[in-house]
Formats: sequence, C-alpha cells, structure tokens
Amino acid sequence: MSGIVANPYILEVEKLNAWFGQNHAVKAIDLNVVPHTVTALIGPSGCGKSTFLRCLNRLHEEVPGARVSGQVMLQGDNIYDPGKDPVAVRRQIGMVFQKANPFPALSVYGNVAVGLTLAGIRKRSILDEVVERSLRHAALWDEVKDKLKAPGTSLSGGQQQRLCIARALAVSPPVLLMDEPTSALDPISTAKIEELVLELKKEVTVIMVTHNMQQAARVSDWTAFFLLGESVEFAETRKLFTTPQDSRTEQYITGRFG
Amino acid sequence: MDIREAQLPRPAAASAMPKEVLRVPRRFRPRNGKGPPKQIKDVHYGDRNFYYLLRFGAFATIALLLAIGIQVGCLAWPAFQKFGFGFIFETDWDPVNQMFGALPFLHGTVVSALLAVFIAAPISVGVALFLNEVVPRRIASVIGFLVEMLAAIPSVVYGLWGIFVLAPFLRTTVQPWLATHFGFLPFFKGPAYGVGMLAAGLILAIMIAPTIAAISREVFKAIPDTQREAALGLGATRWEMIQLAVVKSSTTGILGAVVLGLGRALGETMAVTMVIGNRHDMSLSLFAPAQTMASLIANEYTEATGDLHLSALAAVGIVLFGVSFVINFLARLLVWNVERGKPREAR
Amino acid sequence: MIVRDTLASHDFRRKITHHVAMVTLFLMACAAILPLGFVFFYVVEQGAPAINWDFFTKLPAPVGETGGGFANALAGSALLIFMASLIGIPWGVSAGVYLSEYGRGRVAKILRFSIDILASVPSIIVGIFTYAMLVMPLKRFSAIAGAVSLAVIMIPVIARTTEELLKLVPSHIREAGLGLGLPRWKVTLRIVLRGSMNGIMTGVMLAIARVAGETAPLLFTALSNRFWSLKIDQPIASLPVQIYNYAISPYEDWHRQAWAAAFVLVVLVLSLNLTTRLILRRVDGKTR
Repeated sequence: MSGIVANPYILEVEKLNAWFGQNHAVKAIDLNVVPHTVTALIGPSGCGKSTFLRCLNRLHEEVPGARVSGQVMLQGDNIYDPGKDPVAVRRQIGMVFQKANPFPALSVYGNVAVGLTLAGIRKRSILDEVVERSLRHAALWDEVKDKLKAPGTSLSGGQQQRLCIARALAVSPPVLLMDEPTSALDPISTAKIEELVLELKKEVTVIMVTHNMQQAARVSDWTAFFLLGESVEFAETRKLFTTPQDSRTEQYITGRFG
Repeated sequence: MDIREAQLPRPAAASAMPKEVLRVPRRFRPRNGKGPPKQIKDVHYGDRNFYYLLRFGAFATIALLLAIGIQVGCLAWPAFQKFGFGFIFETDWDPVNQMFGALPFLHGTVVSALLAVFIAAPISVGVALFLNEVVPRRIASVIGFLVEMLAAIPSVVYGLWGIFVLAPFLRTTVQPWLATHFGFLPFFKGPAYGVGMLAAGLILAIMIAPTIAAISREVFKAIPDTQREAALGLGATRWEMIQLAVVKSSTTGILGAVVLGLGRALGETMAVTMVIGNRHDMSLSLFAPAQTMASLIANEYTEATGDLHLSALAAVGIVLFGVSFVINFLARLLVWNVERGKPREAR
Repeated sequence: MIVRDTLASHDFRRKITHHVAMVTLFLMACAAILPLGFVFFYVVEQGAPAINWDFFTKLPAPVGETGGGFANALAGSALLIFMASLIGIPWGVSAGVYLSEYGRGRVAKILRFSIDILASVPSIIVGIFTYAMLVMPLKRFSAIAGAVSLAVIMIPVIARTTEELLKLVPSHIREAGLGLGLPRWKVTLRIVLRGSMNGIMTGVMLAIARVAGETAPLLFTALSNRFWSLKIDQPIASLPVQIYNYAISPYEDWHRQAWAAAFVLVVLVLSLNLTTRLILRRVDGKTR
C-alpha cells in the first residue's frame, strides 16, 4: 500500500472553490498532502474547513444548490474530471463523521463489511478476513470479537466511532478524511482514537478537521489554518505552532479569537 | 431523598402568599384524605369548574366510544343469540327464510382490502421514496401537497367515477385482456361485468395510496441525514444508499403505514358499494361480483325485512368493527415510535 | 489487490441497477399520482358543464322527468353540517384542551386511545349506532340523527388537531399569563386558545371537509328527502346521499346531475383543504 509513487504528494488541491448557492464558503485553496502523514485543518467555526473536507470526497455536491470548481488530484488523477463517477471517488477516499453513524439495521460485522457487500463481494472467507483486519486496525477487535452479531448501535459512543473507522478502512482507501471525529466523545475515547490515528498513518494518509488546537498539535504532522474560507497558512505542525508566519495564525493559536 | 428529587424546584413558601388566596372555601377542604384531586394546585373557583368541565368532556368521549360498542352490540345480540358466533362462518344469507350467515361478506371485505393493499403498498412506498430521496425538496413538497389534497376527495365521488369510468374500462379493455392472457388462472375466470372484486380492489387501492405514502414519508423523514451521508461516504450509489440507510431502518414504520392503509380499506363503504356488484357469492375469481360487510349494510339496512334481519346486519357490523379495531390497533403499535419521535415544543 | 479489483469490476453493474431503480421509482410515482389526477379532472370535465342556475335553485323533478336541481340537498347538507358542528366542535375542543393541559394521567391515556379508536370506526358503524340511539326510539328518520352521526365523526378529528396545536404553544406563554396573576382557566381560554385559534379553525375546517362528503352514516339516519324540508325531526336530503341515489339510478339525466353535484362537492372539499393547508403553513412558520 505504500508503493513507490512518482508523485511526492498523494493529494494535490489546486484552486478549489466551493459555494452553497451564493455563499462562497471555500476560496481558492491550494494544498498538497504528503502520503502517510496526518494533516490537521484548524480554524474557528464556520471557516469552511468541514466544507473543504467534503469537497475532497465529492460529498459537498450532494447538498442541493452546492457547487465546486478547481481540481483535486488523487495520485495524479483529478477526481473532478467531467467523466469521473463520484461513487468511485468516494471508495478511494474514506470518511469518518463527527457523530458516529453506524447503520442500526446492520450488525457490527455487517457494518464493517458493508463497503464490500455493496460491491458484491459475498465470499465469507474474504469478508471474515477483511472484517478482522479492519477491526484490528481500528483497535476494536478485542472488544467486539465476541459480539460481531450485535447491532452496530449497541456499542458505546467511542466504540461506535472506532467501528465507523473500521468500516471506512475495510475498503482500503489510500486517504481517510475525518471530520472532528472526537468532538462528541469523552476524553478517554478521544485519547484512544488519537492513539489510533497515529498508528493508522502507517497504512493510510489522514486528513482531519479539528476544532481543538491541542489535538492538532498532538496528532498531526502538517497543519493548515483556515479562516473565512481561505487557507491562511499551511506548514509542518511544529513550525506552525512555534513560529507561525501569518499574524492571523498567531492570533488564533494564542487564543485572541476563537 | 435521592439526588434527582433534590434538584426539583421547590414550591414557594406558603407564608409568602396573600391571605385571600389561601382562604380555602369550607367545602373544598380536605376531609380525611378524601377531597379535591391533587392536581389542583390552587383552589380558585374558576379553575376547579373549568377542570371538571373539561374532565366531563373527556369522560363523555370515552363514554361515547363505549356507547357505540354497547348500542351496536345490543342491536346485534338477538342475531348472535340465534345463530351463535359461528354465524361468521355460515354462507347462507337468506332474509326470506331468516337464515343469516356472514362468511361471503367477510370474504368480500378481506379480499378486496388485501387486493387493494397488494396493489397500493409497493407503489405508495415507491412514491414516498421517490419524493423524499430522489426529487429536490421543493418539488417534493408541492407534489406531496397535491397528492394529499386529492386524497380528500369523498368516497361517493370515487364511487361515481368507478361506476361510469372504471367499470366500463375494465369490462371492455382490461378484463378481456386478462382473460385472454391469464385466463387459465382461477382469478380471471367468468364473464366480464366490469363491476366486481377487481373494480373494488382497484378503487380502494387508489383511495388508500395517499395514506400509505404520507405515513411512509414521515417515517423516511425521521431518519437522520447522517445515516445517508455514511452510506454515500462509503461509495454507495444513490439507490444503494436508499436501501442501506433508509429502507432497512424503517421496515417497522413502513409496515405500520401499510397496515393503516389496510385499516382504511376495510372501513370504506360508498366507493366499494357502488362498484362491487352486490352479489352474495364467494368466488376465487376477481371478475366475480361480490359484497363486503360494509356494502351489505349500506344496501340492505333501510330495507331490512324484520327485526332479525336488522339484528343480523348489526351483527355483521360488530364483526366489521372488530376486524377494523384489531387492524388499526396493530398499525398504531407499529407507527407509535415514529409519531413519538416527532419534535415537540418542550413543556 | 484482489479486493480493490473486485470492487472496480462490479461498478458497472451497480450503476445500471441504480438507474433501473430510479426509473422504477419514477414510474411508481406516476402510477400513484396519475389516477388521482385523472379522477379529479374527469369530475371537473363532466360536472362543470352540467352546472346551471337550476342546479342550485330547483328541487328534484318527479321520477323519470328531466330537469330539476339539488336545492334541497344543498340546504340539507348545510343544515346537517351546521348542527353537527354545534355538537362536535365544543365536544372535540374540550377533549383536545383536556389532553393538552392535563394530559399526563391515566384518564388522558385512555382518552387518547379512545380518540384513536373513534377515528378509525367505519362510518357505517357510526350510522348503526345513531340508528339505535335516535332513530329506533323516535321511530323515524330525522335530520338530527344524521347530524349526530356526523358529529361523532367530527369529534376525534377536532380533538386531535386541537391537542396538536395547543401543544405547539410554548410553555413560557402560559407562564407569562400565570405570572400576571391570571387563574389557570383564563390563561388557557384567553391566551392559549385564542393564540391557537387559527390552527383550531383549520381543524374545524378539516372536520367539516371530511363530513361534507360522508354518505354511509346518513343512509339510515337522515335518509333522504325529495322535497324541501329543513325540519330537524324529519328525513332530510343531503348532497352526498343524493349523488349516491342518482348515480345508481337508471336515468341519464340523473347521472348528469350527479356529476354536477360531485363537482360542487369536490370543489367545496378541496377549497376547504387548501385553505387549511395554507393557514397551517403560516402557523407553522410563526411558531418556528
């Protein structure tokens, strides 16, 4: 999965713009993501970071009246090419949402396997193997291996979120998007997931939106600071937090506004 | 006292209130534990009277329901006495010889209602999915609005349309076609009158479709968008998303909607009376004229020959009431959760 | 990777399934909506041309003769609805107010259940009930019996709408009234009820629209009347019953008049419904 790519970046965003009707939410973003890193997107609420994230897996366009322009190159391939099927794109770029959303009608096993069963893979042996592998990667296997048949919603909040991570990992996407994955969780579950993210970057590239600066500092390798729809600064995390180049970044991380 | 009780708001100290309000009229003072119900917090005359007035209205409503059951039951009692409850399974309905058996009408009601549900349910759920998941919100609410409006057309108007448009159409076009292509099946045998079980089932289907669709839509609306996003995020097509996030989670609600539609179909009288053909026969064929419990009562009540006949008709009414009650009760149980989930203002 | 390749190879089939499903859903929508529209437009097409001044002013002609109108049926329906409202509205509103103001106890639970059952009683059973209660003892069919059966049908509709709407009134409005020193009954009547008047009127209108088209219970309570009569202790003509009688008759002219009457009935019912939906939308918008 880590192979040799001619391209040093796994994701290259060029002049990405997004609108909600007339509201210009994301303004001309340029961003290049290094493979096997964790990139954090920080900024005050309403600054467009979640919208930006949703443009990366073409989920933004599902909103009525939404529009996107620009390009996003996934391993050299523009996902916004006119001929590209958004469904195929979303299989390459997985997503974990703010509030854990396992399917209540499916079991734990069923939830993890759903990406595969949708694609028509029915063979029990393959599914078993993928489910176990994904649950191990999500640090959930030991806790649920005896209750694979229980409904997805019967787990605790933190476990449900890890289940969603396992679900996204099952189809082996090269990139995993996370939209404030721990904001609805207690501190212990949050810590577990942060640990998990650090492990995950060996397998996938993670792009994570977080409203918690400390989390970004703990977990990420690169950080982008968003303000009013623009990417104000994008640098290695340590550099951004110790020597920010833009005064607005400095004001945000020192808490002058939030 | 556990911690929850400690957090309840405490009533203001009694001494803070002016004496006029505190003076309790003698007849309202508690007498050895009996007295005004605990819900009355203050003893203002107006409030007491208002409360009792409303309570009277409430009891009157409950009493009304019981009265209906009792009155119809009393009217039906002579017939049940004479024929026993087994008269539901007798097939002879012969006012001349005073023999009354209700089976043909039970058959007519159940078959026409089931036929209606069989036709309407998949189509209605499909409409609900189409309006809620596929079409943009604004168009969906306009179409939904129109459908609900058209659903208010009275039964007798549907019956009128049924007699003069649907029945001839069935007689001249549909039934011959069915007879030529599927005539080997027992359902499509016999002469094509136009009126009959098929007409009744079709007209009922048209009438209950908006009900099933409206309730299914409510069920689908109750599913949070985050479920839909989860499916799309995994790379599901829109149809796969509908199956995964919407349909799979709402099977109970959909079932409830269908059963409610069934309940409506069972109780429909006029449209069915006008197109079912009024023949006291039971037949497997959908082409055959038939009679439902409701249409029997509608047809024969004013011309009942004698008290026993009337009583038998009321007995048929009791059976209809019973069947309708059970089905509607079942539907309520299934749809209960959806209705409770609707947002309400906090009190 | 094996998994990745298999995923890709199923893509085309999944797309086709999706498109087929979308087309099917569209066809289903047509199948559901078109018949309804077709019925409506047929009624308009047949009924509108048959409307004339005679329809509204003349009484039914003797059997077999052409001409005549629906004057007695229109007046009869109006009287029946009026009387039914006199009984049904206060009854229904008081049940609805009880449920919304004191709706926690066991009585309230039983009441809610009873209202649900009442709403689902087949209308012909209501007719049998009223027959047993009013027609048999008085030994005659009468308008009052018809009105009572319509009232029984109205009560659950009005009770439900009233409860729903009163529940929408936020508690701080009640508290403001109580805080001013008003007794609870005045708060309920003057403030809460008056504020929800719009919504309650719509509930009443919906109930009227419902009973305007009810035929079955009238068949053996109010019966029918070929002559002009507004006496409450005599049988009375009504719009839906007359439509039914004319529809099943063998006379062409009566069929034509039935269509005209159906047109009038549909216009009445649909305009009531339209008005209530529009008002309800505004009510909803206000409280949000």
